[in-house]
Amino acid sequence: MAKNMTINLRIWRQKGPEVPGKLVDYTVSNASEHMSFLELLDVLNEQLIASGGDPVEFDSDCREGICGSCGVMVAGIAHGPQQLTAVCQLHMRSFKDGDTITVEPFRARAFPIIRDLVVDRSAFDRIITAHGYVSVKTGSAPDANAIPISKDAAEEAMDFAACIGCGACVAACPNGSASLFTAAKIAHLALLPQGQVEASRRVVAMVDQMEAEGFGDCSNYAECEAVCPKGISVAGIASMRRAYMKGVFSK
Amino acid sequence: MSDEVANSMSELSHSPRLDAKVPAGRLQEKWDAYKDAVSLVSPANKRSHNILVVGSGLAGASAAATLAGLGYNVKCFCIQDSARRAHSIAAQGGINAAKNYPNDGDTIWRLFYDTIKGGDYRSREANVYRLAQVSSNIIDQAVAQGVPFAREYGGVLANRSFGGAQVSRTFYARGQTGQQLLLGAYQALSHQIAAGRVTMLPRREMLDLVVAKDRARGIITRHLVTGELERHAGDAVLLCTGGYGNAYYLSTNAKNSNVTAAWRCYKRGAFFANPCYTQIHPTCIPVSGDYQSKLTLMSESLRNDGRVWVPKDPKDTRAPEAIPEDARDYYLERRYPSFGNLVPRDVASRAAKKECDAGRGVGETRLAVYLDFGAAIRRLGVQTIRDRYGNLFEMYERITGDDPYKTPMRIYPAVHYTMGGLWVDYELQSTVPGLFVLGEANFSDHGANRLGASALMQGLADGYFVIPYTLGAYVAGIRQSEGIPESHEAFTAAEEEAGARIDQMLNNKGDKSPTQFHRELGRLLWDHVGMARDRTGLEEATGAIESLKDEFWERIRVPGSADRFNKNLEFAGRVADFIELGSLMARDALRREESCGGHFREEFQTSEGEAVRNDEVFADAAAWEHTDRRPVLHLEKLSFENVHPTTRSYK
Repeated sequence: MAKNMTINLRIWRQKGPEVPGKLVDYTVSNASEHMSFLELLDVLNEQLIASGGDPVEFDSDCREGICGSCGVMVAGIAHGPQQLTAVCQLHMRSFKDGDTITVEPFRARAFPIIRDLVVDRSAFDRIITAHGYVSVKTGSAPDANAIPISKDAAEEAMDFAACIGCGACVAACPNGSASLFTAAKIAHLALLPQGQVEASRRVVAMVDQMEAEGFGDCSNYAECEAVCPKGISVAGIASMRRAYMKGVFSK
Repeated sequence: MSDEVANSMSELSHSPRLDAKVPAGRLQEKWDAYKDAVSLVSPANKRSHNILVVGSGLAGASAAATLAGLGYNVKCFCIQDSARRAHSIAAQGGINAAKNYPNDGDTIWRLFYDTIKGGDYRSREANVYRLAQVSSNIIDQAVAQGVPFAREYGGVLANRSFGGAQVSRTFYARGQTGQQLLLGAYQALSHQIAAGRVTMLPRREMLDLVVAKDRARGIITRHLVTGELERHAGDAVLLCTGGYGNAYYLSTNAKNSNVTAAWRCYKRGAFFANPCYTQIHPTCIPVSGDYQSKLTLMSESLRNDGRVWVPKDPKDTRAPEAIPEDARDYYLERRYPSFGNLVPRDVASRAAKKECDAGRGVGETRLAVYLDFGAAIRRLGVQTIRDRYGNLFEMYERITGDDPYKTPMRIYPAVHYTMGGLWVDYELQSTVPGLFVLGEANFSDHGANRLGASALMQGLADGYFVIPYTLGAYVAGIRQSEGIPESHEAFTAAEEEAGARIDQMLNNKGDKSPTQFHRELGRLLWDHVGMARDRTGLEEATGAIESLKDEFWERIRVPGSADRFNKNLEFAGRVADFIELGSLMARDALRREESCGGHFREEFQTSEGEAVRNDEVFADAAAWEHTDRRPVLHLEKLSFENVHPTTRSYK
């Protein structure tokens, strides 16, 4: 039978970007080891609604670790203690009955808080808009097998393309850098012939946008890779920096 | 009784309100003939037209990017914080296309035929043929965008067979094909945002369609951070808002997937077709408790090597490993000797329900069956199984805490996809001129049942290759001077209605949360409008849903206020619409006195429990019109000029 657990939560509550926030204590006494962490927050919220309180706001959507909507600091770690797992797939069996868990939003200068655990990650979209694409319109594509791509290149591109854009890398980085996110898109496209055409222009535009958004630079802490739910490698950051220098000087 | 009489009369005839506008000529030439004849819009004129695209999934993002690339002014809306997060992202298996790269005999005709047959002969031939025709272009487009599909060592694209198809026509990117195709479309969209052709409006929820002078003129949205109600006028509205599977509360859909935008369009005059067609996927991780918020799908490919069984004796509660072979019932292999564990989704799902209903379910809740890899591991070795399914086994262990290499998985069916949706003609236009519906939100293409790897194909076909032509036909026929400004009374009225609804929910101060209502609705629909339906159950559900609707407006409690980020306020509005939809689903299921695809009526089955379709009476699409009294049924009679409906058999 599933074990019943009592979990104490200290959750960051903040009404808006300009209002000071604070940690507030809650207890959920009917938790189960089979619950996901977000289901624990659901149960807490139902409790709060029933008692006339204000539920805790957080983003979540697919709840199967692929959309990248969710993301909170659980006990000081982005997405919590289980590696390669977004917080929606973190289950309570990772915790003990009676544990006290602190829950905070992803914090970074470029991710202003909207409310409670919800942050504004639109800076990521603007980095992609800067040039995180191949400039091809619908209808202008050659046959899909016209350009052979080695299996290894396709697999490696896929490793980087697996990024879900959750922002854990930024939250874990002491510099609040978006280097892993940005490098993942640059590497994904640079590894494919279709992306090579604009590779140099792309890396300069995206890195410049990252800086303009207020993200910090990379100091090789590699905290980002450690928390990434998809295990994206920091190797992409090294290639991004090389390509950026080349791109800037060849301008 | 007057309902029954009206229905039985209309049963025989095609409604004049449903002109599908299928071009004349041979099936194979219809789409070319359409493109030859359709009006074009000049580049200068495209610039002066504003197109509203609601939703940024495969259909929405591909449509917005393509139309912007052609020169239209596009506004694109999504409920998530980024266009990249739409639920298309969660599709695992792959995307079909009639490329015939493996040289194994695939053709456009075969993809068309398989799709029509898989849909149990309840879709429109011309639309499905066009889908198969443009399928190959989708793969070309995705590769050009940088979608990293799986490849062979020689550098060409890899294909696999999926969902029991006899040819290998499925393209895939690991188990994340939906994610990669969506990111491709999102990047194409970002390209057009950078070019200034698309204005992207994330964290917006469409709350109403504005109709004036018999045409769609714009939409009302709520800004989900500030709570502000906004007016957006446009020359055409493209609804790309996905399916309604979350009506059941528990489904494989995302938490924010909902029917509200489509339902508001229904209430403004768009007919809703075949709402009873819902697809239940057989291999999902079972419910573990009352707190359950969603269900997780395990790829269908698992059935290639896993064997499905339950203990023969319902009282046998030993651990699965301790149950000897002769005490196990491999019921799919027993009932369907030729297809065994690989029977189609609907058949496998119903068989699991049948075992659990008979008390032979397993696990704590007894609502699960075993999917056992023991035999495959003994035959092929653990490494081969790890290579094939390693990531799925890890995901299963993460969620359940059980190790499927050692103990069988527990699986149970879950709501996955909805074939029904807003009725559209060949041009993807609804019964409201100027309102187009793309992707899962429309009823087109999949009939009563969708084949695996065909949802991604349809969403992208609609957005990349169909709407750019058919929208032109509409736009070429409208004049700018006919448009209405956002200050028009139709906008004011729609905005006031949306605001009043929000106020009513907030001011009610009842004692039940939106989630409580949603769970209750889900239970009603799952029990009575789920995998198997019958008249008594459907009538009972209809009454219960009506009471639930009344109770909702008496007892709903929504915390917080309207002028802020307020997830429970969003949920409440969606639940209210799901309740109304639930009632229409039951009504549609009651009217369709046959079993076909995802719709199984207990009264219409063979003595062996197989579905009995009735082509004489029900070869139609049932399109419901909203009225103040009760929904009115209109029929589009389906004619099969190129294929002959047959009975599916998997014995």
